[in-house]
Amino acid sequence: MEAHISTAEQVLLTTDGIPLKDSLKKTERRNKIKAFLLVFPLLLFIIVTFVVPIFDMLGRSIDDSQINQVYPKTFEEYGKWDKKADELPPEEVFKAIYFELGTGDKIMIGRALTRMNYSKSGWKSLIKKTQRQIKKDLKAETVITSYKDRLIEINEKWADRTYWYAMSQMINERTPIYYWNALDRTYDAEMNVVRQSEERRIYVKTWIKTFKVSVYVTFFCLLLGFPVAHLLANLPLRYSNLLMIFVLLPFWTSLLVRTTAWIVMLQQNGVINGVLVWLGILCDDCRIQMVYNETGTLIAMTQILLPFMILPLYSVMKVIPPSHLRAAANLGAKPFTAFIRVYLPQTVPGMSAGGLLVFVLAIGYFITPELVGGKDGQLIGHWIAYHLKTTLNWGLCAALGAILLGIMLILYWLYNRIVGIDNIKLG
Amino acid sequence: MALPSYTKPGERIFYYFYITFCGVVFFFLMAPLVAIIPISFSQSPFMLFTEGMLAWPPDPDAWSFRWYRYMVGICEDKNLTTPCGNKWMRGTVNSFYVGTISTVIATTLGTIAALGLSKPHMPFKGLIMSILISPMIVPLIITAAGMFFFYAKVNLVYTFTGIIMAHVALSVPFVVITVTATLVGYDTNMTRAAQSLGARPMKTFFKVTMPLILPGIISGALFAFITSFDEVVIVMFMASIEQLTIPKQMWAGIRQEISPVILCMATCLVVLSILLLTTVEMLRRRSENLRGIAHR
Repeated sequence: MEAHISTAEQVLLTTDGIPLKDSLKKTERRNKIKAFLLVFPLLLFIIVTFVVPIFDMLGRSIDDSQINQVYPKTFEEYGKWDKKADELPPEEVFKAIYFELGTGDKIMIGRALTRMNYSKSGWKSLIKKTQRQIKKDLKAETVITSYKDRLIEINEKWADRTYWYAMSQMINERTPIYYWNALDRTYDAEMNVVRQSEERRIYVKTWIKTFKVSVYVTFFCLLLGFPVAHLLANLPLRYSNLLMIFVLLPFWTSLLVRTTAWIVMLQQNGVINGVLVWLGILCDDCRIQMVYNETGTLIAMTQILLPFMILPLYSVMKVIPPSHLRAAANLGAKPFTAFIRVYLPQTVPGMSAGGLLVFVLAIGYFITPELVGGKDGQLIGHWIAYHLKTTLNWGLCAALGAILLGIMLILYWLYNRIVGIDNIKLG
Repeated sequence: MALPSYTKPGERIFYYFYITFCGVVFFFLMAPLVAIIPISFSQSPFMLFTEGMLAWPPDPDAWSFRWYRYMVGICEDKNLTTPCGNKWMRGTVNSFYVGTISTVIATTLGTIAALGLSKPHMPFKGLIMSILISPMIVPLIITAAGMFFFYAKVNLVYTFTGIIMAHVALSVPFVVITVTATLVGYDTNMTRAAQSLGARPMKTFFKVTMPLILPGIISGALFAFITSFDEVVIVMFMASIEQLTIPKQMWAGIRQEISPVILCMATCLVVLSILLLTTVEMLRRRSENLRGIAHR
């Protein structure tokens, strides 16, 4: 663009007579909008199909509104109950629940029942029996003087304070109960957070196991991957390209194929046991159980995630000049010292990148542990799927997912700080 | 990396140990994939090497294409417990259907977005990039749970549309990453030259930019395809029997009726991944060569 310069005080103008500064600003704004418009369709698509569902799940993990829609009046009256003064809630509460059960939508009440049973088992049968009786009452148009007495007459559990105390967990539309459940905690009658009973403590154990397996897998991947990456980075290109196929082919092969292959390898009549028996190392009756337990999960996951360790390590090692080691040797360092003091520190970015990548992938793994893990090789992903598909306890499912997501985000934040998220390389 | 002649015996031993160790790791990486191939040609209904297969001279009765015939739906033996039918073939058709459509959508949207992201004027680049690649980062099981809840609300669960949308979201990051990486080596003067010669933006893209970044686009598309083709967690929750895909059928196969048919399909998938890997490698080299020319 041509600008006319007359005097020092005058602003620079384009040929159209607009100040150059404004004109440039305008062009830049237009370019910005153009660039953004190119990205916009995909951004919108990802937000609708992915980001919104994830936030929806996070919302579900604290959501308790469904039950509040079923018993609005009951919960309102419940709030007025002075627990210290009265043994049981006032008459109004009994009246409200009597009519809400009698006239409420059957499907909605049924759904709320599942939720009520999470806070105290026994609600389901109590409500169902009562509901049936109330329906009969309403049909017969029975005159009721005290709803409290009538309900207790229908089922004496209505006089049991623990049921009424359990209700206090549900009266808020937002609840942290699922998060407490995901950590093996629950509420007692006085709304204090306490540990679950012994036989229901499963999640903390699984969280610990998930961490343990992820740490082991990361460690084994580093142990196996480091020498291989070093070899690949230092061989002449024509050999290393050939050997690279050994790393890339498993990387490109379907996860299910590799998992199936490990079942074939590790089962009792499998290839490894067969070879060991054939070599005479094992007797035919003492074949080792290597699959459907934690060992199987560890072996299969290490092989499956190993390429994710080798590839970042390789790309870092590739650019370490071999002259550094020679210089160290020249200055009198023994090979071992040179390696530890000169080479190893330069591979730290690769190790941290690979390590975090493997750890983060391992912690959310589901398919492989589910298939080769058997009973004791299950990680936290198993319980997320279990509550999603089997128990339909979606609140707990979402809470477990949210905790896992939180851990991932922290790890990725670290990853981003150390290596930068856009440095991910794909083979 | 041959050893120089002045190497000490200790170093020599260490070197051989190191080479052996690497050999073992390569074996560990490849052995499972190689082991399943012969077993898929077995005559026996169990997933193992039978004695006949290991016998020398080879016993022709121990080997057969029996399970491959089952896979493609040719059933001769009626009294076998393993279901023989068109499940595998139906799964294959569905997998290719879902894979192709989601690849086309993901590649188109992803390439356009990558063009925008590579512009120097792009606002909020870091934030947008991390949103776009987040489906790759979040564990699949969380994605599956979130999508299941949300798609159930809008009646997209158990439909092809829902699965394709989910697969596009999962595979888009790969397209964005590969195409953006290719665009780093793209000389923007080419675009300027085309435009100064009077080409409109669309023509510039199709005649100048696209041919140059095509290797990146194709390898992105292949990544997208394999992501959708291999995906099992989403289809496990969001697909009914109507949307049976190969991974879903394999999953069911491993859990219920373990039979060598699974290994036949696995062998086919290994062959497919060899083909894809070769293509991607060739494209990568081509793109590197092109880049080399552009810089000189």
